[in-house]
Amino acid sequence: MSAVAAPLERRRPPRAVRRRRFLIAVADHSLLIAAAAAFLAPVVFIALTALMTNDQALSAHLWPHPFRWSNFKEAISTAPLLRWTLNTLIYAALATIGILVSSIPVAYALAKLRWRGRNAVMLVVLVALMLPPQVSVVPLYVMWAKLGNAVGFHFVGSLWPLIIPAWLGDAFSIFLLRQFFMTIPEEYLDAARVDGCGELRILTTVVLRLAKPAIAAVALFSVLYTFNDFFLPLLYLSDNPSSWVVSLGLSQYRSLHQVQWNLTMAATLLVMAPVIVVFFLAQRAFVEGVTLTGVKG
Amino acid sequence: MADVRFDQATRVYPGNDAPAVDALDLTIADGEFMVLVGPSGSGKTTALRMLAGLEEVDAGSIFVGERDITDVAPKNRDIAMVFQNYALYPYLTVAANIGFPLKIAGMKKRERERKVQEVAELLDITDQLHKKPGQLSGGQRQRVAMGRAIVREPSVFLMDEPLSNLDAKLRVQMRADIAALQSRLGVTTVYVTHDQSEAMTLGHRVAVLKDAKLQQCDTPRELYARPANTFVAGFIGSPSMNLCTVPVANGCVSFGGMPVSVPAGVAGDSVVLGLRPEALELAAEGLDAEVEVVEELGADAYVFCVAEVNGAPTKLVARSHARQAPHRGSRVKLRPLADEAHLFRPDTGERIDS
Ligand SMILES: Nc1ncnc2c1ncn2[C@@H]1O[C@H](COP(=O)(O)OP(=O)(O)O)[C@@H](O)[C@H]1O
Ligand SMILES: [Mg+2]
Repeated sequence: MSAVAAPLERRRPPRAVRRRRFLIAVADHSLLIAAAAAFLAPVVFIALTALMTNDQALSAHLWPHPFRWSNFKEAISTAPLLRWTLNTLIYAALATIGILVSSIPVAYALAKLRWRGRNAVMLVVLVALMLPPQVSVVPLYVMWAKLGNAVGFHFVGSLWPLIIPAWLGDAFSIFLLRQFFMTIPEEYLDAARVDGCGELRILTTVVLRLAKPAIAAVALFSVLYTFNDFFLPLLYLSDNPSSWVVSLGLSQYRSLHQVQWNLTMAATLLVMAPVIVVFFLAQRAFVEGVTLTGVKG
Repeated sequence: MADVRFDQATRVYPGNDAPAVDALDLTIADGEFMVLVGPSGSGKTTALRMLAGLEEVDAGSIFVGERDITDVAPKNRDIAMVFQNYALYPYLTVAANIGFPLKIAGMKKRERERKVQEVAELLDITDQLHKKPGQLSGGQRQRVAMGRAIVREPSVFLMDEPLSNLDAKLRVQMRADIAALQSRLGVTTVYVTHDQSEAMTLGHRVAVLKDAKLQQCDTPRELYARPANTFVAGFIGSPSMNLCTVPVANGCVSFGGMPVSVPAGVAGDSVVLGLRPEALELAAEGLDAEVEVVEELGADAYVFCVAEVNGAPTKLVARSHARQAPHRGSRVKLRPLADEAHLFRPDTGERIDS
């Protein structure tokens, strides 16, 4: 090796450049901080109200005094919050599994297999994607009601009209997955075909692994959608409080007892918590991202 | 065991009128290293994919041994393929990538690990086994891709431009490794490349394709010595063979004052005369030419000149000893070696045999 290397004399950018960079950084940060504050404000307000007594909640004070942690306990005991949560979990889990199981094979066939009529089917998916759910909701309701009469089971009032359609494919998920599957290099699939995989095997061993971020995204969207879904539960479940989900339950919270804002907020916070946790966990799944480094060029 | 036979095999892509592979007839002997070479778009990849079962065969058939595999699914063909971009699964380790076909075949874990180890030793990648493909260099990925192909001990190997993503030096080295590996394993191999020098150094035999059609299939030596038409003559060899159309007079063509005899019975009043650079020497007598570029290669030099042939300025390449290489811009005399001349029909480009 050569003799002692001279220590590197780090060059400082000129004053004008540094000044400019500093101002840009300040501008960027102010914008982001303002946006973050705007998003956080309602959450902070809910959290603070949840810790007040009911009188405080109705007063002009923003800071709880004293802190009433027992609100959370009370919120759980005054309404069947656990029951609603369980229903929501059932709805979210079964609908999400259904969407994945039914949409992944369709998306794969649309993205990677050559067959007659593929474009027509894609068109149908796109049309279904653009159709607002409100359009089909009345005929569907009638269908479930009549089906219930025919087989002697009350679908209306149960979670089934919410869950079963998810097992029949979801246009948005099919579209999103198809777009992602299209980006998977054909070589991976051809290599698997030559190495002894049939199409189903390719789907379950290769595509699922390569498309993990997209599948995670679809699952996440579905979980959040079902968690927040208010329209369908209101339509199908209103008459049967034992099958209410949290979104529906919370909206009815005020009318169950008189308006108790502190308890309503405490319940809201309890319901929001899992969503926030899911978000933080899923963030990592996204960051893990697509590492297609095995293929280059 | 496993010879391969294309019998009038044709592929027409949907929406295209012209076939991508047109009535290919090609027989590859057991254990042979066959190279498919041709310019881009000539149908090499398509032919290989037809053999792998990844493309439909629209007419004709393909046999491996006695078995007609024309309509057999790729997974049942007992064929392994190395892809241009290697197609290594990024989420699997090197060991798992190599073991993938065995796992699909349902082999027990213990035996699989033993086989992967064996192959890794053969390819000298034992210390990469636990890494992910993303952590490997191009050459190492190439080896892993080879490993995944050979671990199955298939009856046929297919490789589609496996070296095109490597730098020049590594390419030459891997070329030698592939040749050694193939002769050691003795597995029938079909190798696709657009690089004629790769084809000539690797192939036991070389099949030259152009515009979906097989032009000629022969040993590298024969291809070089007796190209079947002007396309093969120009494609094989570097620098390319000099080809110029010259008039026939009295059963002879004259090139730079030197007569080259034309076999009797050749119709027409002109032929295409083909002279490799080494069949064109700098001499005191001959065709007058101006030197444009001199490419020094150490011992030899290629002299690129322009000369008047048959009334038109024509580019010609001659080989000379480096010590006698002329300067750029100087004038030289080119003399053909008459017994190394090739003759082709001007209309079809086919070889005229003497
Ligand atoms: N999937 C495809 N669909 C339609 N045409 C194709 C497809 N793949 C290749 N071709 C056409 O077939 C011809 C041969 O292609 P290919 O076999 O890839 O050539 P090569 O490998 O020799 O460069 C080309 O003209 C190409 O445009
Ligand atoms: Mg190709």
